[in-house]
Amino acid sequence: MFCEKSLKLIKELDRSQEAMPPFDDDGVRQVFEEMRGLYDQNVAAANDTTADPDGTAISGIAIRHAALERNKRCLLAYAYNRILRVRNMRWQFGPILPHDIKANFNEPEVQWFNNYNICVARYFKSIGAHGLDLTADVKPPKSLYVEVRSLTDYGKLELDNGEVVLLKKHSTHLMSRAQCEPLITQGVLEQISN
Amino acid sequence: MFCHGLISLDGGCQQLCHHRKIMSLCHSYVPNYFSIPDILATQEKVPCTFEVQVKHLGFLDPGSDKRDIEVGTNIELPFWMASVLKTQRPAIADVGLPKIFKESYRDILKADPVVVDLHKLAPYFYEFGMSLCMLNHRESPEIVNVLVESFKQRFRKILDWAQHSNIEVPESKKLDNAEKIIYQAGREVGSSLHLWLTEGGSLIMAAGMVMQHKKMKLTQRDLLQ
Repeated sequence: MFCEKSLKLIKELDRSQEAMPPFDDDGVRQVFEEMRGLYDQNVAAANDTTADPDGTAISGIAIRHAALERNKRCLLAYAYNRILRVRNMRWQFGPILPHDIKANFNEPEVQWFNNYNICVARYFKSIGAHGLDLTADVKPPKSLYVEVRSLTDYGKLELDNGEVVLLKKHSTHLMSRAQCEPLITQGVLEQISN
Repeated sequence: MFCHGLISLDGGCQQLCHHRKIMSLCHSYVPNYFSIPDILATQEKVPCTFEVQVKHLGFLDPGSDKRDIEVGTNIELPFWMASVLKTQRPAIADVGLPKIFKESYRDILKADPVVVDLHKLAPYFYEFGMSLCMLNHRESPEIVNVLVESFKQRFRKILDWAQHSNIEVPESKKLDNAEKIIYQAGREVGSSLHLWLTEGGSLIMAAGMVMQHKKMKLTQRDLLQ
C-alpha cells in the first residue's frame, strides 16, 4: 500500500502530543525513496505511448500522483508541526532548553530555534523605552515578594541585590517575585500557597 | 451549508482548547493543509468499486495476486485515494459508504446518538463525515443531517460531564477525537475557574510542557531502576 511510511511519521507525532520525539531521519529517507520510485514510474508510463492504445494508463498515473501528493503533504506536515512545537517550547521553557529535549532536534530545527530566540529577544527589547519581557508577570502580581520552595538541587543563585542564596532541595526562601518567576515556570521552584 | 456550520463550530472549539498552546487554530483541511487530525481522518477506509481497468497496481488489492485491477473489483481504500478515484473524469471507481455512515448505522445514530461508541466505530466521525460529503454522494444530505443532529445531542452531554464531574467520566472513552478535545477543554476551563474562585489565581505555576517533561523523566527513571 502507498504512503504507509509517511503515515507512520504522522502517527508518531500525533501519539507524542506535546513532547518532541527524535527526528526520524530514516523514516523520512524511506518516504523520499518511495516518492522517487512513484515519480519514475509515472514518467515512464507517461512517455510510453505505444503500450497504451486505449488510454487506461492515465488512471494508474492519477493514482500514483495522488500518492505522491499525499506523501508530500505528510512530510510537510511532519516538519511544520515539529517546528510549531519548537516554537511552543521557547515560550514555556524559556530561551535555554534542557539537553535531553534538544537532543531530539535535527540540525535545521536547532538553527530555527536559535533564530527564533534572537527574533523574540529583539522584539522584547523594542517594546517601550527599556524593553519588556512578555513571559514575565503572566498573572497579576499581588505582592513584591513570594515564598518559594526549591524542588531540585539547583545550586547557587545570585539575587538582584547581590546576595547569594543556595537553592537546595526542599529549602524555602522569600524572594522577589520578578526574580523567581522564570525559575517557577521552569519547574525549579514552586510557590507556596498561604 | 450545514457542513460549513459544523466546520466553524469545530474550529471554534479547537481554538478554545489551543489558545494557550499557540497552535494553529483551525484543524480542518480547509484551510489547514498541515493539520494532523485531518491527515489521520482522511486515512479512514472507504469501499471502492473500480469502473475501469488499472494496470500494474494489482497490489492495492490485498485479496488478489493479479498484476492489474480489473473492472468491478471491490477494495477498501483510504479516503484520500478514493476521492481522487471518484473525481477523475471519467471516474476510475465508484465510492461507497463506510459502515458507520450506512443507513442502518444512521438509524442507530438518529435513535440515540449519545450511547454510540464513536471512538471504536469512527474515531474521526465528524471530520471524516464532512470530507465524505464533499464527494457528493447520493446520500450526502442525510449524512450531514446525522452529523449535525448527533453533534447537538452529544454536545449537551459532553458539556454536562465537563461541568459537573471532577473526575474523568468513563463515558468519555466513547467520544470521537474532536469531541474529546472539546471535553478536555471544558474540564480545563472548569478547573481553572474553580482555582480562580478559591485561590484568586495568583499562584505562579510551572509551564505545561515543563511539567510533562518532568513527569516523563520520572517515569524513565522508574523504568531504569
